Amino acid sequence: MTATITSPAFRENAHQALQDKQLQAVLGTMRTGFSVKRAEAAAALPEFEALRDSARDIKNHTLAHLDLYLEQYEAKVTASGGHVHFARDAAEARRIVADICRALGAKTVTKGKSMISEEIGLNDHLEREGFTPIETDLGEYIIQLRHETPSHIIAPAFHLSAAQVEQDFRRVHTQLPPERDLSEPVSLLNEARQALRQHFLAADVGITGANFLIAETGTSVIVTNEGNGDLTQTLPKAHIVLASLEKLVPTLDDCAQMLRVLARSATGQDSSVYTTFSTGARRASDPDGPGAYHVVLLDNGRTGMLGTSFQEMLRCIRCGACMNHCPVYQAVGGHAYGWTYPGPMGSVLTPALIGVDKGGHLPNASTFCGRCESVCPVRIPLPKLMRHWREKEFERHLTPATSRSGLALWGFFARRPWLYRQATRLGAAALALAARGKGKFASLPFASGWTQGRDFPAPEGRTFQAMWAAQAGKRRLAGAQPDVKGQAQ
Amino acid sequence: MTARDEILANIRRSLGVTGQEEPRRQAVADRLSRPERGIVPARGQKNGAEAIATFRTYAEAVQTTVAVVSGPAQVPAEAARWLSANNLPARLRMGADARLAAMPWGATTLDVSHGPSAGADLNGVSHAFAGVTETGSLVLLSGPDNPTTINFLPDNHIVVLDSLDLVPALEDVWTRLRAEAGDDPLPRTVNMVTGPSRSGDIDRTIFLGAHGPRALHVIVIDRHATA
Ligand code: SF4
Repeated sequence: MTATITSPAFRENAHQALQDKQLQAVLGTMRTGFSVKRAEAAAALPEFEALRDSARDIKNHTLAHLDLYLEQYEAKVTASGGHVHFARDAAEARRIVADICRALGAKTVTKGKSMISEEIGLNDHLEREGFTPIETDLGEYIIQLRHETPSHIIAPAFHLSAAQVEQDFRRVHTQLPPERDLSEPVSLLNEARQALRQHFLAADVGITGANFLIAETGTSVIVTNEGNGDLTQTLPKAHIVLASLEKLVPTLDDCAQMLRVLARSATGQDSSVYTTFSTGARRASDPDGPGAYHVVLLDNGRTGMLGTSFQEMLRCIRCGACMNHCPVYQAVGGHAYGWTYPGPMGSVLTPALIGVDKGGHLPNASTFCGRCESVCPVRIPLPKLMRHWREKEFERHLTPATSRSGLALWGFFARRPWLYRQATRLGAAALALAARGKGKFASLPFASGWTQGRDFPAPEGRTFQAMWAAQAGKRRLAGAQPDVKGQAQ
Repeated sequence: MTARDEILANIRRSLGVTGQEEPRRQAVADRLSRPERGIVPARGQKNGAEAIATFRTYAEAVQTTVAVVSGPAQVPAEAARWLSANNLPARLRMGADARLAAMPWGATTLDVSHGPSAGADLNGVSHAFAGVTETGSLVLLSGPDNPTTINFLPDNHIVVLDSLDLVPALEDVWTRLRAEAGDDPLPRTVNMVTGPSRSGDIDRTIFLGAHGPRALHVIVIDRHATA
């Protein structure tokens, strides 16, 4: 089993999220954080738009030659003393990881942030097998304490307040004096630093994700701001990298291109704090580093996307920009999407990975305003791909009841005009059309009748950015800072 | 069929290829043997004093502190000054780097110990392989000279950077590594470090010092000043 799926109940999830006052307050800060920072970082680099083209081209080239680059990558990892394990699906990947841990006699397993780990439901499996997995990314650590899943691919605990975190720390860190002062958020950070330091030093195996895999050298790359990924992979006996096939890029230079658009798109940083290139295991003369290096390469449905219109989705570098700019995500948060990947990228990826029967609702969770595509660093045509899923859903002749619930989901968003208010001028135009429809689905601007045979126009990137830049001052609230964290791996 | 063979076969079926097509194999071989440099931003393309100033601007923008000294002999005194100014103990952990070893640490009151860090060291010092002007980043290579643990375990990290090792962009680091180390250019770990550790996971606010160093101080040896 992979991570629990509640995507079919998107509508109910969304409804609950809209009633959740605490969540709504948090989501409100998103518009003053990530989006403004991204717009500023993009505007500050004259080459940014050209770099997006370059990033798109690198990924397209890699995907078109994926078999050959994988062979090269595998040969290079092996030559540098590492091991590559191919995993067809989640169960196989979980088994490989557990077997490596068992062979090393491991007890404690520290973990850097990895969306693949979430996708395959690794922590539950490791626990069942008798290991103790400990998430070390601060946000992941917090949600692990709460037995929750991430609500955002780069800010997993985005939905929580400092007060909630304080409660959890008091509940779990019982070795510390109960009267300690945790009123300042920074004291929570310090407490987590202390608690996790012990785990880093005691761990037997460290598991990280990978933002990129480099075929030229057999290297895995992680990008973080905390440094947790580095402590995770440097201190234990073995480093296991969990990565999906499409993380591959050909060369070190290609990776440098991708890094420039990743950090800017994710958090608005010019560069993340720690970008780490790992090649093989500790060398003979090395005084530190892991004694063994394993890479688990996961397919889990991705090879089936190649050669289809959904191949473009495999360019995704998990920056999170599409969700940061999505009015639907901003309204309902990440958990409503019901599986590992939320927001526009999740709406396209989830049906491909878990099946259109389970994830087929998600492509309806869109206003088709086009903001996701306008900010995507690898220029994935997300609205077009969401429409493709809708068409496929009809082609597959799903039962009328299922189709109706998909339509009902449209209606759900269309009847809440304020969802659109924060969107672009185009969003406003769509709203006007929607209002004219008075809830009649057929006349909604994103009904299939409208979209068949024509492309719903997406706003042009520069215009959109210029608009954001002009409004940036207005939106920035005193004291509000963007979230900063390692990019999703 | 092994998982590996099945996955490769699936990729080939989806792409409609066999894997034997000569033009595809050639395209991949060319790309790997002659990496494309791509688009490298103009903002890092500086020389001499201008490169140091630009590096400093971007480094300070991410809360790295920077001091410029006129030669290697001045490094220990600057390290001692910085530790004392921040009320930190006069103790330093360092690896076996010959450039660091040649500096006059004995002329200071600093208590210097050698080897990787096991987690008990408050302050560490490393010598950078390169500095990246474009982003104010440091590039550090693993190995006995500058063990990776010193980059992450101490609370405070001092990094010595020779201005002759300042390069415009990360691409130039790769060029230099390929020239120096040939076919297998990378050590086990290459760390590109851009500022002290931070997190935004609590209250959506950035705080420094999440898991890695809380403070990062760069001492640039300005070779242009002495040249
Ligand atoms: S789809 Fe594009 S914007 Fe969304 S996470 Fe992936 S790369 Fe980022």
